[in-house]
Amino acid sequence: MNQAELENNFEAKLSRNENIEPKDWMPDNYRKHVIRQISQHAHSEIIGMLPEGNWITRAPSLRRKMVLLAKVQDEGGHGLYLYSAAETLGTPREELLNLLYTGKAKYSSIFNYPTLSWADIGAIGWLVDGAAIMNQVMLQRTSYGPYARAMVRICKEESFHQRQGYEIMCVLAKGSPEQKEMAQDSLNRFWWPTLMMFGPKDAESSNSENAIKWKIKRESNDELRQRFVNQTVPQAELIGLTIPDKNQKWNESKKGYDFSEPNWEEFNNVIHGNGPCNKERLGTRVKAHEEGKWVREAVISYNEKRKSVAA
Amino acid sequence: MSKEKDNQGLVWEVFVQKKPGQPFVHCGNVHAHDSEMALQNARDLYTRRNEGNALWVVPAKYIVASSPEDIGAFFEPANDKIYRHPTFYNVPEGITHM
Repeated sequence: MNQAELENNFEAKLSRNENIEPKDWMPDNYRKHVIRQISQHAHSEIIGMLPEGNWITRAPSLRRKMVLLAKVQDEGGHGLYLYSAAETLGTPREELLNLLYTGKAKYSSIFNYPTLSWADIGAIGWLVDGAAIMNQVMLQRTSYGPYARAMVRICKEESFHQRQGYEIMCVLAKGSPEQKEMAQDSLNRFWWPTLMMFGPKDAESSNSENAIKWKIKRESNDELRQRFVNQTVPQAELIGLTIPDKNQKWNESKKGYDFSEPNWEEFNNVIHGNGPCNKERLGTRVKAHEEGKWVREAVISYNEKRKSVAA
Repeated sequence: MSKEKDNQGLVWEVFVQKKPGQPFVHCGNVHAHDSEMALQNARDLYTRRNEGNALWVVPAKYIVASSPEDIGAFFEPANDKIYRHPTFYNVPEGITHM
């Protein structure tokens, strides 16, 4: 097949809503786009373990601690599913990790914010996982097959993540005035960074056009953000917490809430490495990687030794 | 860090059987240096919620796959044999359980 036929074939597959599989021909830019997106997603999962990991030793009860451990372990697992999916496109895992460790690959900006109180663990589960799930539900229908299948697993497993977070918020909101204030403070700090998780406005999103054309994304940043706000406002109201946005109000004509713009300057700052915890997060991950070096070396040398004994 | 290249071992494809008697279904892969490590990694990654009754791990390099380009010719022999499907046969109106 010549180039034009290959391209037509690819386009036809997309228009029939068929998945693109690892050995299928695909345009170089599609491959690059998918590798970039899946690896950033994978990096977000493993960096996302850190803000929550911060509270494992200080969880207020054994139940909360077990739940948080299971959740953080899931995030690690989700990172591995995604690295596996990215590797099907021919980029080795070491290479992807190196791009993260050298600051060349991005991860979700939300994880560059600190977890200052126990309520933040509630807010992360409720809001951050809620926003992530909204994105991931869409990605179950992404055009790249291994990515879509990883998303199906991830969505299934995430179902408890958001509920456990909301549960924490419910308990705090019903608790003492101090506890309620802690929950409200956490919502105040996490609300805007959560809205930024959906990415820049459609008009200013450089990657969006191809992502939609190639059916990597099925819905735009603004559409997902709007749906998230519509779903989350009533959840806050139900437990007596207030979304920190004076301009937020129901708009009957669009059957959704109007809301303020997040601070995009802050978003760009955090993306470019100047958020409150960028250095700490990356530093912690690199340190963990370096401290695991002897384990990797021991495994290899044990394996070689066994081979030489067998030979 | 480039010195650490190739420190991830082989890629092993993972197949999970949910219940005895059911087929093993491919669910993803793991990296491991030997079969024991591959099984343990697969258990930790793919069966955290009792999804598994049994696991298979197979070095990915030993899996031979049909190539998507040849899909038409490769599976063509089955195309003109509609008599392999029950819908090919006419049965009287109103017949049930057949």
